[in-house]
Amino acid sequence: MLGKEEMQNVEDEAGVVDLKTRTVVNCQDLSLTFETADGPVYALSDINLRVEHGEFVSFIGPSGCGKTTLLRTIADLEKSTGGSITVNGVTPLEARMNRDYGYVFQASALYPWRTIEKNVALPLEIMGLSAAEQKQRVAKNLELVELVGFEKKFPWQLSGGMQQRVSIARALCLEPELLLMDEPFGALDEIVRDHLNEQLLRLWDKTDKTVVFVTHSIPEAVFLSSKIIVMSPRPGRIIDVIDCGFPRDRTLDIRESPEFLEVAHRVREGLRSGHSYED
Amino acid sequence: MKTDRNNSWAGRIWRGFIAGNSGPVATLSLLIVVIWYGGAVYMNTPWQIDKFQRAKIDWSMTSLVRETLRQDRPVLPAPHQVLVEMNNTIFGKKITSKRSLVYHTWVTLSSTFLGFVIGTLLGGLIAVGIVHVVTLEKSLMPWVISSQTIPILALAPMIIVVLGAIGLKGLVPKAIISMYLCFFPVTIGMVKGLRSPNPLQMDLIQTYNANRWQTFWKLRFPSSVPFLFASLKVAIAASLVGAIVGEMPTGAQAGLGARLLAGSYYGQTIQIWSALLTAAIVAALMVALIGVIEKSTLKRMGIQP
Repeated sequence: MLGKEEMQNVEDEAGVVDLKTRTVVNCQDLSLTFETADGPVYALSDINLRVEHGEFVSFIGPSGCGKTTLLRTIADLEKSTGGSITVNGVTPLEARMNRDYGYVFQASALYPWRTIEKNVALPLEIMGLSAAEQKQRVAKNLELVELVGFEKKFPWQLSGGMQQRVSIARALCLEPELLLMDEPFGALDEIVRDHLNEQLLRLWDKTDKTVVFVTHSIPEAVFLSSKIIVMSPRPGRIIDVIDCGFPRDRTLDIRESPEFLEVAHRVREGLRSGHSYED
Repeated sequence: MKTDRNNSWAGRIWRGFIAGNSGPVATLSLLIVVIWYGGAVYMNTPWQIDKFQRAKIDWSMTSLVRETLRQDRPVLPAPHQVLVEMNNTIFGKKITSKRSLVYHTWVTLSSTFLGFVIGTLLGGLIAVGIVHVVTLEKSLMPWVISSQTIPILALAPMIIVVLGAIGLKGLVPKAIISMYLCFFPVTIGMVKGLRSPNPLQMDLIQTYNANRWQTFWKLRFPSSVPFLFASLKVAIAASLVGAIVGEMPTGAQAGLGARLLAGSYYGQTIQIWSALLTAAIVAALMVALIGVIEKSTLKRMGIQP
């Protein structure tokens, strides 16, 4: 696998490169069954999925469709029970050991006894980076999420949206190529959410990161993604894969365009067809 | 000119008194003192009447009440008798004197502190083991709990005898008994505290591939600090109880426990009560001290007030 710097060089020489098509996540016939007292729960069934480098892929579906479980399986927080999965060409366990991905949770999961800068530095401390390197990376990533000046504050002194931005900075400062995000803005109000969506999109546009994003909001999925994976519950499975070809520098305005509404309509149709109304 | 009564200094103090905790606390304290006096009169009356009759003295209600509150060995001493005794033995004697309550308190406190330190370390260690090793939870926890079902009064003499046989006398056996009561709340509190990180916080540190050591110091231990302080407050009071109990079966010459024992041998109820009250005040002060440390530590840790 190429390091970040080497890849940069290749890109410089050859312009837009094949490396863009490198597969970051590859699932084949992946399944995950939880054995419970009430019998087996088929959380994931026959998942076939490829996420290429530089893509922004969203998993969308009703609750219980396995979208979070799929993301957690990629992150090695759950173990699959069938099929195969590779992350950056290796097993999820190895990817986790290499710290190949940054994970953003539904809630910010900040440690309340750490200041903002200490929270962002947490992964760097665990990696054992030098104090100078830590300081530099923390400053860079807090600037990226527009939180300069809040370094010495404690989490409870920040709003929910700001806390979630801190958690994004914390994931970014590992400098991962892969960003896994589990409904990161689900608990925020719509205005803050729109703003953070735009910021996230800018971030993805500026860097060459791959993002896998879980959401249950159709507009969010359509606005952010280059590819939308529509999922359905019982068993958790993929029922549709939709490519969105919006320009990388899109703004929130495109949400009123007919193309946007068309994609949103297809997502909604997909969700409807996969939904069983008996429950 | 008419002064506004509400703005006078007395008015301000009065309003402060009503608004804060001091009003209710003072009221309750007064009530306890009144009940105590009533109890003293009631309980000392039979002996007093007996005394009057034997001396063939005519007694009135007033003289009866007055005399029941100034007996030498009352069944229940009056509050002021206890306070006078405390004043005499705390401030009225040189602190190196065997008759000084400060001296006895210090003797007890030294084994309390030693027991508290050992007990806290032991309790914490057991908790760390229980949280990290499944077999330890299964094998150790029942022992930890059953250890506390044995009355310390029954166990203390045996600890003294066993340790005495291997040449340990004085401070150490008392500290061991104190430790025996002290480690339990620390273990229980720390097990809960070390398990208090939520699943998200645990998942997060797992995505960084942190090892157990890092997970402990960066997540489990800081999460457990509020639980630790709650435990320490119970533990320090328990340590004091342990140290006092430890002084009883040894025939110790010094310490609050020795004062209690000597008082009960010679029927010196006033001495017993002043030792008891001193122990209670010392315990309250130690718990308050831990409270102060707790407050400043949590503030420094930035945990939301």
